[in-house]
Amino acid sequence: MRSYDSVQHAKGESKFVDDIPIPEGTLFASVYYSPIAHGKIKKLNFSQALKAEGVISIISASDIPGENQIGGIILDEELFAKEGVHYVGQPIALVVAENKFTAINAVKEIEAQFEKLPTIFDPREAFEKGELIIPPKIFSLGNVNAEWHNCDYIIEGSVISGSQEHLYLETQGSLAFPVEGGGIKIISSTQGPTAVQKIASRVLNLPMNKIEVDVSRLGGGFGGKEDQATAWAVMAALAAVKLNRPVKIILQRQDDMRMTGKRHPYSSDYKIGLNKEGKILAYEVNYYQNAGASADLSTAILERTLFHSTNSYFIPNVKATAYCCRTNLPPFTAFRGFGGPQAMFVIESAIHKAAEVMNVEPTYIQTKNLLKDGDEFPFGQINKNSRAEKCFDEAVKRFEFEKKEKEVKKFNEANILVKKGIAAMPVCFGISFTSTFLNQASSLVHVYTDGSVRISTAAVEMGQGVNVKIVSIATRTLSINPDRIKIDTTNTSRIANTSPTAASKGADLNGFATRDACNLILERLKKLAAQILNAKDISQIELMDEIVYLNKVKTDLDWIKLINTAYMKRISLSAHAHHATPNIYFDRENMKGDAFAYHVFGTAIVEATVDCLVGTCSVDSVKVVHDFGKSLHPVTDKGQAEGGIVQGIGWMTLEEIIYDNEGKLLTDALSTYKVPDIQFAPAIIDVHFLEDVPNPYGPFQSKAIGEPPFMYGIGAFFAICNAMKAFRPHKSIQYNSPLTHEKVLLWLHSEK
Amino acid sequence: MEKQINFICNDNAISGKMNPAITVLDYLRTVKKLTGTKEGCREGDCGACTVLLGSLVGNKVKYKSVNSCLLPLNSVNGKHLVSIEGLNIEKLSFIQEQLVDEGGTQCGFCTPGFVVSLVNYFLNHNNYNLHEAVTSLDGNICRCTGYAGIKRAIENTISFLGNNSAKDNIEFLINKNILPKYFLEIPKLLKRLNAQLETKSKKSKTSKFLVSGGTDIYVQQRDTIHSSNIEFVAENRSEKTIWKSGDKIYLSGNLTVEEFRESKLIHQYLPSLKNHLLLFGSLPIRNRATIAGNIVNASPIADITNILLVLNSDVHLHYEKKKRTIPLIKFYKGYKQLNKTRNELITAVSFSIPKSKSLFNFEKISRRTFLDIASVNSSISIKTSANVIEDVHISAGGVSPVPLYLRSTRKFLLNKKISLENIKHAVKIALAEISPISDARGSSEYKSLLLRQLFYSHFIKLYPQNFKHEEFL
Repeated sequence: MRSYDSVQHAKGESKFVDDIPIPEGTLFASVYYSPIAHGKIKKLNFSQALKAEGVISIISASDIPGENQIGGIILDEELFAKEGVHYVGQPIALVVAENKFTAINAVKEIEAQFEKLPTIFDPREAFEKGELIIPPKIFSLGNVNAEWHNCDYIIEGSVISGSQEHLYLETQGSLAFPVEGGGIKIISSTQGPTAVQKIASRVLNLPMNKIEVDVSRLGGGFGGKEDQATAWAVMAALAAVKLNRPVKIILQRQDDMRMTGKRHPYSSDYKIGLNKEGKILAYEVNYYQNAGASADLSTAILERTLFHSTNSYFIPNVKATAYCCRTNLPPFTAFRGFGGPQAMFVIESAIHKAAEVMNVEPTYIQTKNLLKDGDEFPFGQINKNSRAEKCFDEAVKRFEFEKKEKEVKKFNEANILVKKGIAAMPVCFGISFTSTFLNQASSLVHVYTDGSVRISTAAVEMGQGVNVKIVSIATRTLSINPDRIKIDTTNTSRIANTSPTAASKGADLNGFATRDACNLILERLKKLAAQILNAKDISQIELMDEIVYLNKVKTDLDWIKLINTAYMKRISLSAHAHHATPNIYFDRENMKGDAFAYHVFGTAIVEATVDCLVGTCSVDSVKVVHDFGKSLHPVTDKGQAEGGIVQGIGWMTLEEIIYDNEGKLLTDALSTYKVPDIQFAPAIIDVHFLEDVPNPYGPFQSKAIGEPPFMYGIGAFFAICNAMKAFRPHKSIQYNSPLTHEKVLLWLHSEK
Repeated sequence: MEKQINFICNDNAISGKMNPAITVLDYLRTVKKLTGTKEGCREGDCGACTVLLGSLVGNKVKYKSVNSCLLPLNSVNGKHLVSIEGLNIEKLSFIQEQLVDEGGTQCGFCTPGFVVSLVNYFLNHNNYNLHEAVTSLDGNICRCTGYAGIKRAIENTISFLGNNSAKDNIEFLINKNILPKYFLEIPKLLKRLNAQLETKSKKSKTSKFLVSGGTDIYVQQRDTIHSSNIEFVAENRSEKTIWKSGDKIYLSGNLTVEEFRESKLIHQYLPSLKNHLLLFGSLPIRNRATIAGNIVNASPIADITNILLVLNSDVHLHYEKKKRTIPLIKFYKGYKQLNKTRNELITAVSFSIPKSKSLFNFEKISRRTFLDIASVNSSISIKTSANVIEDVHISAGGVSPVPLYLRSTRKFLLNKKISLENIKHAVKIALAEISPISDARGSSEYKSLLLRQLFYSHFIKLYPQNFKHEEFL
């Protein structure tokens, strides 16, 4: 089955926000933001900017009719800074003009004076000064303190993981226009239409029913448009309401990079205890999360770090503590993996360090500790349907890990300036929003009298292929040709109270809801068919490939006839269904509960080469055995795995966010912030679908796919380290990502 | 500031007074409402805005991929401009179909750019292979797919096409469902169009500044350049763009980097440059960036300048009736300060034909190997006899306010033996000549270390028989 979206993409016919024909009289806006990291606003002077020809208005905090507040979980973030600024890039005002360049250039004419205040950019410094957004969160299992004396090896260390820019190819943007009756329609590139609607309602002081948010598709999201698409949508709406004209905001790439939050940098300390056999007995870890200037989704991300603190391993004694540290940087936000990758990097670093100390291969420790059915996670959930060992064993066997290891050793003995390395990276990722209430979705299905079907759900299409998966579910449920089905835009007027499309849950939640809505219609149609065919019971009726079967025998009644008869008999051809994931809960008092509907497992084998003369490195291959369940759309699932892997390698080895001493982003363009290109991507990415392991908790036995593969990229860090160690066997690795060309060369050739 | 511009946009002839300074990206999206061409970065670093520009060469049209975000509308005059919309066939072209079926598109924002770049590859080659096709996508970024599906799509397309033995690429690709039929009519239409064109743009006395390829000035002044009064020099081309005269090779100022890279004359004397220059920008950038542009831009890490410095090049300047020639090593007075008046135009650069025994190497390390700006780059041109250095020139980029020529290092090495001791000593001198700063491309400590390693790399590569690798550790 072909994805209709993909067909349009290939022809350049898909409409993104900036491509939608604009209404008559549309104005364009550009944001003026803080040039300093912390301070009081002493003076703001718009007069020069307002003089520019074509400038219509400059909007700031004082123009807000409702609350100047866009915080989601915690109310700590202003739409426009009013008295003080807390990071470079914090919006202060919006210039609205007749055209884009006029707005952009007028922004430069705004004059402002600030009184600078002390700044903090380092999360540990924030922690020491008591700048915590919420009290520390702790997950614990067993008793680490009682266990240390049983350990043959106790290893301690620190780990740093860097930030990451989402670099969705389509920058943030929105088009808002007033509608009759004092309402507003907002077209936004957001993963969370309801978040936009809610915050617009708060800022504009309008009831939610006067605000319609519509999303056709995103040119990439990756979490960066979950909470952080809201501000631009609300600004456009505010300007549209104030000026009573349509207003469009499309961020210039550099503005987008400077103003929006990115993946959270973490600085962490661990202590790991093992016995001689390599069994991990105890693990204690402290995470210092750099949250930026306001909470955004940091607290939820912090929690997921704790959920994934032990990755794919069972550790009987765990104490994991996480600190949400406030700094003077743009609020860090959701990004594929949502705090999970940071946690997994720490445990894997601990294992690799332990292997170095114990003089064993890291896989020796990894294999001894993989999760089994019945093992308890640090948050109390019991591991079920575990595929941790199955994936690891299958990867080692299928991709001949031991043979490759020997080849690497042999290569390294024969070569002085070029070294190779290899590493295994298991992943276990929990599927569900850990805020239980978000695990709900609904779907609205209409069947028209020509037999065509239109489906609305809460899911936002951003390239992850949720639309084609929903088509697949509807096709299979109704047993009709997929060409009859069209997925509608995501719209708050059609589907209310949506959860953001996030947590890899889009297809699961909205797929189940769509299945249920289709079944409601199907039941009515079967009942009607039973009447028409004089069957006693609807169990005698089946619909297969658009034909009605009575007692397994083909009849003359087909989909079109059935639909038409239903309409003439005044039977509803529309249905709305709501789905909530059953049996999940999380008790935040005790930090215990069955937080996840299920887990996704897999293992990657990663090989890398380092040019030890000049410090360049390349990831040669990533070979994965991944637990897809029964895939709804293999082309989509494979693409998600491959794309996640390369993005993960980018985070670990290439992409570096650098701020100067004043908190100004230096890597604020694609010329300085480099993401994987086609020649950087590994020549070999081999994704093997683990077969015959359906998932009872996903639609049609499928599994979520969006986030888990990202973390295979962590293996690239260790494969490169493995190669580096071959060059300098007695030097200790610094677990500090991204492992850039610079870090590699300095490690290889300096004494530090 | 408006100017008469005549061109063909996809299958439409267009003619009228237009602002020549606006970008083709803005023209397509806001004037023509052709929104398949996307704005991803407006600095030529993502390729979402890639278009094809076709020029009449004899009876055929030669197509090049270019970044429309950096392309002045002036440049399409007399040309065939092709956006994604101009490549669509009723259903899907074979390339498009493969991208769809192999998972080569996810969010779709970059996809039109990839399609355009791929069509460009197939238009410009006869013997297709995956490696070359992948290399030709060096200007396109995809954030979703990890490129695996894109590579599968290319592989499938190559095996579907086989080797192209047809005389006419365009006809071949039309028959293979990769190009729409109207491409056959374009040569005829362009001929008619070109007959009406004024070939040279008139010099305006009020011109503010000269723009050549525009690949950097359109980044630096992206918000204001559309309202500037520009004299465009890229299109004022004479017959000769690269030629031999006496013992010298001349490059016209507006020779593009890709023309330089592809030049048979250059292959003859500097065969390794073809590969080295793959590290310069991307194909769409190389298709526009010019030799003179690289020199006057005066970036300390300019790759072409880095190379020309060790070829001991001369810069030929021209303004009205005044002509003068100065050595490139005397062209830079300080950071972005040139030994050139505002109106002087670099008409050509020349260098002596490398002697048969002389060796050349170029090294460049950046955060990402391709389409990136160097952390440090370095070129060397060296001639030895009986293991003694008769002549040597070494340059170092990214380690000083100007593209640096290592004078003292040269002085030390002259008449010295190629020995480990001498090279290690030369490195010390080189490191004393540089003054790197810490920035987004690396710390000063890293840049110094890197230059040392690149220096070693020059000698390891050029004199492999003289050294054992471990000697450099």
